[in-house]
Amino acid sequence: MLSTYNRRKFTDVFVRSACVVAAVIALIPLISVLYYVTARGIGGINLDFFTELPKPVGEAGGGMANAIVGTLKLVLLACAIGIPPGVLAGVYLAEFGHSRFGKLVRFSADVMSGVPSITVGIFVYSLVVLQTKQFSALAGGIALAVLMLPTVTRTTEELLKLVPESLREAALGLGLPKWRATLRVMLRTAAPGIATGVMLAVARVAGETAPLLFTAFNNRFWSSGLNEPTASLPVNIYTYAVSPYEEWHRQAWAAALVLLLLVLLLNVSARLLVRNRVGAR
Amino acid sequence: MTTPALTLPKPTMKKTSRADGATEEASKSRWDEVSVSTLVPKMRTEGLHAYFGQAEVLKGISLKIAEKQVTAVIGPSGCGKSTFVRCLNRMHEVVPGARATGQVLLDTQDIYHGDVDAVRVRRRVGMVFQKPNPFPTMSIRDNVLAGLRLNGERPDDPDAVVEKMLQRVALWDEVKDILGRAGTGLSGGQQQRLCIARSLALEPEVLLMDEPCSALDPIATARVEELIHELRKSYTIVIVTHNMQQAARVANFTAFFYLGKLIEHDRTDVIFTRPKEQRTEDYITGRFG
Repeated sequence: MLSTYNRRKFTDVFVRSACVVAAVIALIPLISVLYYVTARGIGGINLDFFTELPKPVGEAGGGMANAIVGTLKLVLLACAIGIPPGVLAGVYLAEFGHSRFGKLVRFSADVMSGVPSITVGIFVYSLVVLQTKQFSALAGGIALAVLMLPTVTRTTEELLKLVPESLREAALGLGLPKWRATLRVMLRTAAPGIATGVMLAVARVAGETAPLLFTAFNNRFWSSGLNEPTASLPVNIYTYAVSPYEEWHRQAWAAALVLLLLVLLLNVSARLLVRNRVGAR
Repeated sequence: MTTPALTLPKPTMKKTSRADGATEEASKSRWDEVSVSTLVPKMRTEGLHAYFGQAEVLKGISLKIAEKQVTAVIGPSGCGKSTFVRCLNRMHEVVPGARATGQVLLDTQDIYHGDVDAVRVRRRVGMVFQKPNPFPTMSIRDNVLAGLRLNGERPDDPDAVVEKMLQRVALWDEVKDILGRAGTGLSGGQQQRLCIARSLALEPEVLLMDEPCSALDPIATARVEELIHELRKSYTIVIVTHNMQQAARVANFTAFFYLGKLIEHDRTDVIFTRPKEQRTEDYITGRFG
């Protein structure tokens, strides 16, 4: 009796501590990235970093205001282009996904989410940049939107499927046409979850570098409108980090920190958004 | 017409002594001027067949639903009773692969006629489901108004509609101070009454209830049953129930279904005291089912 009890207790302690150790190991890279980026980047952050354009090599100071705005611009563009078709495609899959075509769409979305981001960059390069004969914010936005699309589609589908079928019945029983039941009850009920999924997809593409290299390209100055090449934080980090200048390295670290905080902000706000919605229930 | 004193069979009514006091009184008037041969039908089915894919679930049901009376549909699991009521407002066809043939008349109109819009039928024939299903994103108030609002209607005085409907389902006093809270925060019985209010807000002529109490505790069940007593003054009600005591307590008429067929349809007291069919008697005395 007692020995069985002791053995169980030992197993319990052993497995539990193994889990704790594994969790700590998983946290190490995350914490060290956060720590290292903050430690190296904090020195380069000052007001100028957010308000000034880059200075020519050799001159001290300067900032990345254009790249910060550029990243925001690209992300907004990607949202505007990527979210509506993604959500609607998700609704299609959830409602009519049993057809052959539905299966094809789902399969394509799954394959697409595994396509390397550089490939998407080349695709948009040949589709948009070569046709318009210029690098542009628009091309960058499209590239990011293409990257977001599968995630948004599948998230929307999965979350719609989680909405209890009884709510659809309730809506149809009240004499709602199917489209209204879908949009105003099913989609509405799934909305907080879809919002989180979308925000996470946005946060992911906000840090993408590869697809921007030959779509949005880069710009040392302000870019106006959507038809000019534009600077962005990830591309700037890459450019500055591979340069031989000490000052640029410092700024690359600062840019990395700003980008990290931006993504963190998106993540946290997505979670808060959902928590508030649920709390209001 | 003479009114027989209601003496319901011992095995079925024994357990319900709690509700007897209330129902006995109500049931004295329950049999006035009702008879299965002379009833005024609000709805009528003629040779109604229903299918899920290849499986035939209803095998030719012809049944009259009395106007402003409660009709209970009883029978063992899988006998098609839920499918039957879902055919009465064309909710059956919502399930993929499900279809129905035959006639279902609402007043004089065949709701399965090609020109009839199922969506319009459902506004005239409301439905309450087995599990309470208030919309989780809406407050109590908005749940009552949901049917109107989601259909694009703007009531002149929404607050009056909310109060009237919640009064009608006897929920007003319990929730009048928390109308802004989520409907899903209420107890199961309150949620079910909220769902009934939501259906009634559309002013349906017929109310279908698919085992409305099977997810509720006895006290909540008693409240909903009292409510059904009230509602039958204004609405035609069809209630599916597993629970024979419930049928005996709330229904004027009872239809017994077995294996997709209508075995017997008569006044509830007749079904429970002197059924004509052997199978009905076997079922209500608990010999199978």
